Amino acid sequence: MTCLPSSTDKKLGLVIDLDTCVGCHACVVSCKGWNTENYGAPLADQDAYGENPLGTFLNRVHSYEVQPEDSPAQLIHFPKSCLHCDDAPCVTVCPTGASYKRTEDGIVLVNETDCIGCGLCAWACPYGARELDGEEKVMKKCTLCVDRIYNENLPEEDRVPACVRTCPAGARHFGDLGDPDSDVSKLVADRGGFDLMPEMNTKPVNKYLPPRLKDQLDPERNETHALEAQAENPQGFFAWLDRTLEKL
Amino acid sequence: MHPAPSVILFTSLSGLGFGLLFFLGLGMPASTGLVAFVFYAIAYAFAVGGLIFSTFHLGHPERALKAFTQWRSSWLSREAWLAVMALCVSGLGAIAQIFFETRIDAISYLGAALSMATVFSTAMIYRQLATIPRWHTPWTPVLFLGYSFAGGALFAGQVSLAMPALCVLAALQVVAWMQGDRALADSGTNLATATGLGDRGSVRAFEPPHTGTNYLLKEFVYVVGRKHAAKLRIIALILFAGTPVLLLALEFNHILALLAVIAHIAGVITSRWLFFAQAEHVVGLYYGKR
Amino acid sequence: MKDQPYVDTSPKVSDEIRKTTCYMCACRCGINVHLKDGKVAYIEGNRDHPVNKGVLCAKGSAGIMQVTAPSRLRAPLKRVGERGSGQFEEISWEEALGIATDWLGPLREKSPEKLAFFTGRDQSQSFTGYWAQMFGTPNFAAHGGFCSVNMATAGIYTMGGAFWEFGQPDWDHTKLFMLFGVAEDHDSNPIKMGISKIKERGARVIGVNPIRTGYNAVADEWVGITPGTDGRFILSLIYCLIEAGKIDLTYLARFTNAPVLLDPETGLFLRDDNGKPLIVDRTSGDVVAFDHQGAEPDLRGSHNGATSVFTKMIEHFLSSENAPEAVADLCGISAKRIRALAAELAHVAFDQEIRLPQKWMDFRGNTYDEMIGRPVSIHAMRGISAHGNGFQTCRALHTLQIILGAVETPGSFRFKPPYPKPSEIHPKPHAKATPNAPLNGPHLGFVHGPEDLLLDDAGNPQRIDKAFTWENPMSAHGLMHMVISNAHAGNPYKIDTLFMYMANMSWNSSMNTNSVMDMLTDKDENGEYVIPRIIYSDAYSSEMVAYADLILPDTTYLERHDCISLLDRPICEADAAADAIRWPVIEPDRDVRGFQSVLVDLGARLGLPGFVNEDGSAKYADYADYMINHERKPGIGPLAGWRSEDDTGRGPVNPEQIDRYIENGGVWIKHVPENAGYFKPWNTDYQDWAVETGLYDSPQPYLFQLYVEPLQKFNNAANGIGDLQPPENMRDQLKRVMSPLPIWYPTATVENEDDYPLHALTQRPMAMYHSWGSQNAWLRQIHGMNPMYLPTKVMQEQGLVDGDWAKISSPNGEITVPVAEMAALNENTIWTWNAIGKRRGAWALDPEAPEANKGFLLNHLISELLPPKGDGLRWSNSDPITGQAAWFDLRVRVEKTSPPKGTQPQFDTLTSPVGQGPKTIKQSSKGTS
Ligand SMILES: Nc1nc2c(c(=O)[nH]1)N[C@H]1C(S)=C(S)[C@@H](COP(=O)(O)OP(=O)(O)OC[C@H]3O[C@@H](n4cnc5c(=O)[nH]c(N)nc54)[C@H](O)[C@@H]3O)O[C@H]1N2
Ligand SMILES: Nc1nc2c(c(=O)[nH]1)N[C@H]1C(S)=C(S)[C@@H](COP(=O)(O)OP(=O)(O)OC[C@H]3O[C@@H](n4cnc5c(=O)[nH]c(N)nc54)[C@H](O)[C@@H]3O)O[C@H]1N2
Ligand code: SF4
Ligand code: SF4
Ligand code: SF4
Ligand code: SF4
Ligand code: SF4
Ligand SMILES: [Mo]
Repeated sequence: MTCLPSSTDKKLGLVIDLDTCVGCHACVVSCKGWNTENYGAPLADQDAYGENPLGTFLNRVHSYEVQPEDSPAQLIHFPKSCLHCDDAPCVTVCPTGASYKRTEDGIVLVNETDCIGCGLCAWACPYGARELDGEEKVMKKCTLCVDRIYNENLPEEDRVPACVRTCPAGARHFGDLGDPDSDVSKLVADRGGFDLMPEMNTKPVNKYLPPRLKDQLDPERNETHALEAQAENPQGFFAWLDRTLEKL
Repeated sequence: MHPAPSVILFTSLSGLGFGLLFFLGLGMPASTGLVAFVFYAIAYAFAVGGLIFSTFHLGHPERALKAFTQWRSSWLSREAWLAVMALCVSGLGAIAQIFFETRIDAISYLGAALSMATVFSTAMIYRQLATIPRWHTPWTPVLFLGYSFAGGALFAGQVSLAMPALCVLAALQVVAWMQGDRALADSGTNLATATGLGDRGSVRAFEPPHTGTNYLLKEFVYVVGRKHAAKLRIIALILFAGTPVLLLALEFNHILALLAVIAHIAGVITSRWLFFAQAEHVVGLYYGKR
Repeated sequence: MKDQPYVDTSPKVSDEIRKTTCYMCACRCGINVHLKDGKVAYIEGNRDHPVNKGVLCAKGSAGIMQVTAPSRLRAPLKRVGERGSGQFEEISWEEALGIATDWLGPLREKSPEKLAFFTGRDQSQSFTGYWAQMFGTPNFAAHGGFCSVNMATAGIYTMGGAFWEFGQPDWDHTKLFMLFGVAEDHDSNPIKMGISKIKERGARVIGVNPIRTGYNAVADEWVGITPGTDGRFILSLIYCLIEAGKIDLTYLARFTNAPVLLDPETGLFLRDDNGKPLIVDRTSGDVVAFDHQGAEPDLRGSHNGATSVFTKMIEHFLSSENAPEAVADLCGISAKRIRALAAELAHVAFDQEIRLPQKWMDFRGNTYDEMIGRPVSIHAMRGISAHGNGFQTCRALHTLQIILGAVETPGSFRFKPPYPKPSEIHPKPHAKATPNAPLNGPHLGFVHGPEDLLLDDAGNPQRIDKAFTWENPMSAHGLMHMVISNAHAGNPYKIDTLFMYMANMSWNSSMNTNSVMDMLTDKDENGEYVIPRIIYSDAYSSEMVAYADLILPDTTYLERHDCISLLDRPICEADAAADAIRWPVIEPDRDVRGFQSVLVDLGARLGLPGFVNEDGSAKYADYADYMINHERKPGIGPLAGWRSEDDTGRGPVNPEQIDRYIENGGVWIKHVPENAGYFKPWNTDYQDWAVETGLYDSPQPYLFQLYVEPLQKFNNAANGIGDLQPPENMRDQLKRVMSPLPIWYPTATVENEDDYPLHALTQRPMAMYHSWGSQNAWLRQIHGMNPMYLPTKVMQEQGLVDGDWAKISSPNGEITVPVAEMAALNENTIWTWNAIGKRRGAWALDPEAPEANKGFLLNHLISELLPPKGDGLRWSNSDPITGQAAWFDLRVRVEKTSPPKGTQPQFDTLTSPVGQGPKTIKQSSKGTS
């Protein structure tokens, strides 16, 4: 099983919009909530009320500061979970077959009953997308909410990952990135979606949409609109006003 | 990487054990009976002991047998197979030598080959990880095999082989360290590629995703101070190569030989500690820890 | 290849979903609570809810950990150790209510004002206020005075509605969204949804904020302004727009008081015999009342020497001190950029105007074929509000919106019902206490001149917090932050019992936390506590619990009834009136009671009118009973839904009302008709709809008040005009700040700014709610400690790197804290996350928790009083108009220091009345522990 399928019927994944993510951590917590109750072992927390709390999360939101050459520094909130790579090194290293990539939709999953908790898949993942649960001692990772997206006990519109459903800023999109006509594929094409660490050759399915250009309204760097003064003082203004009111 | 004692002991001890098995398989020394028993006992103690340590690293050691299933793709799985085969085949050879005072060449040579293959596969577990540039180089198997070979020679009392092997190993290790120190920078992976934001400007990690710790930080983000590392490298060199070579150069004597072996083991463990502790996983980039 | 493992892709999600309302902040989203075996298993957003439409924030999703938190109080507590030690014994409810009745009953008999009842971010103010009014004490308010009263009052006095909870951008049409001083807001999810929606359309966002995080990080333009200078910046934008003639003259003439005539002597409006302000009709040239049918008000009207507000405005705003070149250095924004921003506003408002094909009629009987929109929307919050010049800054901002024609027009800023509502139809404040009788009217309201101040015959404040006095005449929300200091000082008088509800006043809710703790525990010469009795209701083991004599433990939000009512802070949207409930979706497993039900009970025990029947028996069984059966006016109760056949919002009591709410997901919505959706203050269709819905008793069209007459009345008094005169020492301040047109003035909080060269701010973390979040095992992993973020320049000057420690000092004290660098930050500003620091022993956390060791409060540096100025007076650190606490006027100095054992200052470890939380949790219906 740890061999990767040569191709998958679909490539389900997420598209994360770095232009609108406000870094609210809503996706982090709803993911924790859903996955604590659903697929596999609950996501435990150690020293939960103590000095060194340590819990398992499948999705985390980083933030980075980017300093462009000629404009003010920018802050970018950066959510990250498993990217469901096409060439997933986490799968091929797994000695037990617990880690696998599903042929039907490309989701990378851990079959927890087979997992020996060796950690090697986490070593092999460049993105930090896998965490060994401190209580259950099995490898946990984003399941792409495989138990939501096909779940017939949920209303159809809710058959999306928990993090996508909850994101208040609409920064998370879910769909089939293998289908060039899907909404997510079009979004990636329109907005120049990119891969993380392309040099790792993991071929991530998840894509990131770059932030739009910022701070363009600066006459030092760009041409901007300019207002034409009609008056320098109140008297001048009233003269202008009388002319204008005449016309109204 | 977090220098977990179980993994350090596993790789160091099993490397030495299989190294010794390799020489025993080659018939160096050619021994039988009690002498052979003692040699094989030491080899098995190290090889099996090391493997046992490796299970301490598992979350579910009771499921360890499942690790044999993925030999087609997983080096860890291959290592499991090779280790068992090496131990079995060498075991047959050992039985012949100890109890029947005969040596079956085909079996012994096969055992020797499997022993080195095991060490190679262990090394490949680390070598294959693109995520850890320091390991992701041919140096990793070269060094693992080198340690196993030189240590095996030393354990097997092949003084004339061990002395030059240790010197070569020391030289290789120094070069590998120097290469390793540049590996992350040379790998082309950095915060700019990790975030894809490099074309905007220089990228700096701002706030971490959580102030609490997590598995990733504990497992992958371990930092050894430069000075501390330099000291440990010198200590490792002195222990695994310098001391044994010096002691062996003196007149042969069992006490000195024992000291040489002990120093070597301590040196290998030190160097292996560094191997793990200094390995930078690229995930640290995301946390601004590189 | 082997077969893939079997995965159950359609597991059962839960046994049952119960829909109620989130409580983790005042946004009040709808939630679906999934239950398994009667226990909460998972919480998600309710898609049919008008506020959040299915989304949910981090706090909301972590609600399950709030409901299982080990810090929950378990039973009523009676203090046994010294105040502040945290030593209590658990008692029964009967005993607790008996004690409370024994303490409060005699006060009501003799001097009801000796009870001070103050509540925190109370979501039931119309009820708690009613209770206090029936008790008869003038001393009631909620938290608004330290939160954002500048915003609320400036909005209501200026345009009959405010940003703060009562308005929102027209997300569907706006093309430019400009955000001033907002990190999170009460409208947290809607703002995020809105930003996403407008960005998808290609509309743009401008963030004005010294700090570039959150919303400001996703903004297309960041204006990293120097704190406290927004007023000047906004006046400069107004200057540029007027200079270029880019203002909406028609809008100003028709819908604002710009054409109203001013008495040249008094600066007050010329009025007719009915008291209506007068304008000149351009068509006839006559002087007529502002609402004269068919009139076309003349912006340049004049009459007998009286000229229009507009004339005065132009002179005021075109002053050269507002020119971009004059303000650039102060604000830290180049003059060119200010001009470019003004041009962008004008460009979007006028060159990209929107026309909706919607007929409507205004209050003068003029009809329009379409609705013309100026798609510039502005929103602001505490960043401009929590300064000592915040009221006037907010006024300036509203003026900017109004001259662009960008309020209540398509694409701009829209009110949410029950707003618009001009200040005149709000109640005035009341404070006449009579033994054994209710107060003479509602506590809080809007003053319209010195005659409305709450002063006794000797000129002394009637309220313990000195609200509505010359020091802060328009303090419409009271001054919660002054209650403890004033009660401790016995100034204006001593009180007996301080009764507080959900406000962590000994910690993050107070300025000068250190000395507040001293005041709460201080004893007089007889060894009695200076504040004799403290009753407190909390749901959790907060820092404040330790300072009470009697604790009335509340339930968590999933275990009680609550009412989010049109009578106070509803959840309406611009397009709809809406209210909501909470109901017990699970039963408490401890001996706790919903606080509102406890008040109902206490009201009956005390025999308060409104809480007992004629025979003296209890009128309501509990809060749910009150929610259904209480009526403020005939046909109007706490809940507007399902009151009548046609469900207008008015009507008789419906005994099944709560059931109807539950069936409908806990929420009731009534949509605003399409022709009434914009121009609401003047739109006859809206006015009629509002009457039908019970928001007004009769149509109330009004003009936007660019010129606020009540301010001029106070100004006149300060200048010696009128019978009611301020004390001499107040005259200068009143003259300086009570300007009827918006102004900017510096808020000098330190004598020498070179000693304290930096501004220090806090921001709300999106994943935390004040102090509550730390007890939540999931959220505290995200924010378990807080560094002080310093701009690159300061880091370099001080030779600091991330993880170093620094001493931060203000005139009020010093703190020692870890620091971290931030480049996307105004270079004279430092900041940290608010309320992450915790006191050792509180919240059932390990005393060595990072919140206590590496987290800290900025509050130790902030004082409720300004440093002495040498005039023998202690001026308060508040806005002189509204009394709003000036949290963000803090100035500090930074010095590198060697790492101490932990953040400083530290306080004694509290004894936890609930023990400490467990080590490991696997919060799952499948799991163990
Ligand atoms: N997640 C979460 N949500 C909350 C709360 C919470 O604790 N957590 N609290 C709720 C409460 S009680 C309130 S009052 C609201 C408050 O909502 P906000 O007003 O958004 O609250 P603050 O975090 O105080 O944000 C103040 C912002 O103003 C900026 N600022 C400070 N001074 C200036 C200035 O002079 N000029 C400008 N332009 N900006 C300035 C600060 O950098 C900061 O970004 O949030 C509510 N929502
Ligand atoms: N430095 C600095 N300080 C600030 C601010 C700032 O921006 N900077 N902002 C100020 C503002 S705007 C505000 S609103 C205040 C907020 O400050 P507080 O109102 O003190 O906010 P919380 O810490 O949330 O405390 C409320 C208390 O209510 C309790 N509580 C929670 N749920 C319930 C419940 O269901 N029932 C009952 N009875 N109690 C409950 C909590 O346990 C807690 O003790 O902070 C102010 N302090
Ligand atoms: S992101 Fe990591 S865990 Fe996920 S598929 Fe890729 S390599 Fe594997
Ligand atoms: S931890 Fe589990 S899933 Fe990961 S490689 Fe080891 S056995 Fe496979
Ligand atoms: S898809 Fe599901 S499992 Fe993956 S990050 Fe989102 S919520 Fe978590
Ligand atoms: S929920 Fe959405 S906006 Fe919030 S952190 Fe996650 S992706 Fe970003
Ligand atoms: S914004 Fe979050 S905390 Fe506030 S009510 Fe909504 S879900 Fe609850
Ligand atoms: Mo607030």
